[in-house]
Amino acid sequence: MQLNFSAREVAIKLVYYGPALSGKTTNLKALHELSREGSRGRLMTLETKDDRTLFFDMLPLVLKTDLEGGLALRVKVFTVPGQVLHASTRRLVLQGADGVAFIADSQVGEVENNAASYLDLKANLQELGRSMSDMPLVIQFNKRDLSDIRSDEELRELARRGREPVYKASAVRGEGVMESFFGLLDRAWRHLDREHDLAAKVGIGPDVLLDRAAASLGYEGQARALANACIDGGRS
Amino acid sequence: MTARPPTDPGPTAADVVGHDAPRLEEFVDREVLDELLRSVRVLFGIGVRVYSAEGALLGSAASDQLPLCAFVNEVGSGRASCGATVTAARAADPGPVGDVVHPCFTGLAYRIVSLDYEGRAVGRIVLGPFAPSGVREPPPELVAAIPGIDAVRARDLLAREPRVKPEALARIAAHLKTTLELVIFSSHKAWVTSKLHLHAVRESYRELEEKTGKLEGALARLRELDRLKSNFLATVSHELRTPLTSIIGYSEMLSEGLAGPLSAEQADYVRTIHGKGGQLLALITGLLDLTRMESGTMKLRQTSVRLEGVLSDVVTTLAPVAKKKGVTLSLQSTSLASEMVGDAERLRQVFTNLVDNAVKFTPAGGQVGISAAVVAEDGGEEDGPAVLMAPLRKCLEVRVTDTGIGIPARERDKVFDAFYQVDSSSTREHGGTGLGLSIVKRIVEAHGGAVRIEGNAQAGTVFVVTFPTAEAQRALPRSVPPAAPGPAKSS
Repeated sequence: MQLNFSAREVAIKLVYYGPALSGKTTNLKALHELSREGSRGRLMTLETKDDRTLFFDMLPLVLKTDLEGGLALRVKVFTVPGQVLHASTRRLVLQGADGVAFIADSQVGEVENNAASYLDLKANLQELGRSMSDMPLVIQFNKRDLSDIRSDEELRELARRGREPVYKASAVRGEGVMESFFGLLDRAWRHLDREHDLAAKVGIGPDVLLDRAAASLGYEGQARALANACIDGGRS
Repeated sequence: MTARPPTDPGPTAADVVGHDAPRLEEFVDREVLDELLRSVRVLFGIGVRVYSAEGALLGSAASDQLPLCAFVNEVGSGRASCGATVTAARAADPGPVGDVVHPCFTGLAYRIVSLDYEGRAVGRIVLGPFAPSGVREPPPELVAAIPGIDAVRARDLLAREPRVKPEALARIAAHLKTTLELVIFSSHKAWVTSKLHLHAVRESYRELEEKTGKLEGALARLRELDRLKSNFLATVSHELRTPLTSIIGYSEMLSEGLAGPLSAEQADYVRTIHGKGGQLLALITGLLDLTRMESGTMKLRQTSVRLEGVLSDVVTTLAPVAKKKGVTLSLQSTSLASEMVGDAERLRQVFTNLVDNAVKFTPAGGQVGISAAVVAEDGGEEDGPAVLMAPLRKCLEVRVTDTGIGIPARERDKVFDAFYQVDSSSTREHGGTGLGLSIVKRIVEAHGGAVRIEGNAQAGTVFVVTFPTAEAQRALPRSVPPAAPGPAKSS
């Protein structure tokens, strides 16, 4: 997080992590599609010809709160390269992250890859001197549109046992993408608010911020409802 | 997180993917930018310059000096005012709209357009000077700036400049802005890619170094442990031999009746004790040899050796064993005209071991043959080209052939590893420690030779030992060299 008082700007960094081919880049592309032109920058993708992310993708968003004093929230959303061999790049991209969305693959055969990638995330955070416990995290089970996937009941049961919000998504259809993003933004902001007392410093509480950010991105509905659209939504 | 080498003043990985606005100075290719701006000037006839947010000139394509500009620059005060105007235009704030017109004291004007990237102003474009469409005559500032100027001529020159409509200029500016922002995006992307690649490589290198360090530490520890093990084995073997000698000696005396007559059963038991004691002694001696080799303390006495003498000694020694087992042991064609440099005692140990093994693994009625010959070595190119080395490449070859159980081809390299046996059941059936062949190999190699296994045509095994002849052999090492770390060398 970077707070620039004179420019009335808060810059935060969100990272989409997960195993290879789980749909991190697809999430970012969908988020780009779903955002209003004025609030999004160009999507920077560094892909190889076989659609695998080489270094990272980055989507810059500038969310204006349109409040008195005009706070702007700059969000940079990154994806990491999922392939195992890019371990060092993942760690570099993860540096300074304010929140992580873990994009898991819903397919039955991907259980182990999801787990391995999560352990990799944990190890990389540790290497960076941070821990999972102080990293805002949401989990997205992507590819709900495929057939051979883990059932809703199974996910619900598993989600109930964890503390992190779990979202279901089909990024290729743009479903669950905004929900996961705002869920993560909300958690990241609340975490930063607790650590840096942002409400006092910039004069905006988490609920207002979420509303304004969503409006700036071009979402017309209730932002809180979006963030709460996880499995068993709204539990805190 | 990692200390950067002092030779690298570049941005950190955190800078590359961080929050700060990118600095155009760092990644925009100035030659490409100049070329692009020149094409704009050629197309629209208006000069254009691009500055970074910090005011550094990144690219320019100035128009030819307009006649009016040339005219005012003829006098000193005109040149000064012109310079001041250009400086002011360069510093002009494009404002919240990102587009502003900055007038010149001649009636001409500049248009300044903001360059934005990721929602932030990162630089500006300065277009001009040009003659705005509404201007008919020079403003009063001209006379104020250059007292005594020929106002009629100035008005005349201004009137002759082609007029630029604001809408047309706005379109040109908008197009240029979009184009430049795309150039910035592409350049930034390439820059981020290369920087991040560099950091990723450096990070991987750091990881590798860390792991290599750990492995080196582990290797050093293992070597130390190996040394301790060898010392331990040497000490224990030595200490075991002393009481064992007594056991063998006293059991021998008992069996010879020195302590009075024994019943047949007692004599049988005592002979067993004596025999097993001998086996144990052989095992311990083997262990001691091996540890001495590993610690590099098995001395080699260098003499001139005639192999046929060594071989016939071995046959004489083992003939009773073979006879007892019903195996024919024969020494064939040993007319060796050549001598070799070696330690006769160790060579005897080598062939005793090989022949003893051959007899042990050959069933009754089988044959064990020993032959020796001088052969031309058809070795590889390691020593040098054959055309140069051929006269030196003669070697002594000893073949120990048996008609025993044989050794499968895939096992033939492994049998020379210490403690290795093809089939652990053979240990029980035939005795042995799995040390003999590894000792053989080490001694042979210390003599500059090699040992390998071939299959016997019918059944069984041929151990082939080659040594360089005295002419080809360099001096022997003083002792059997300790094994090199790493995988066992195949023979």
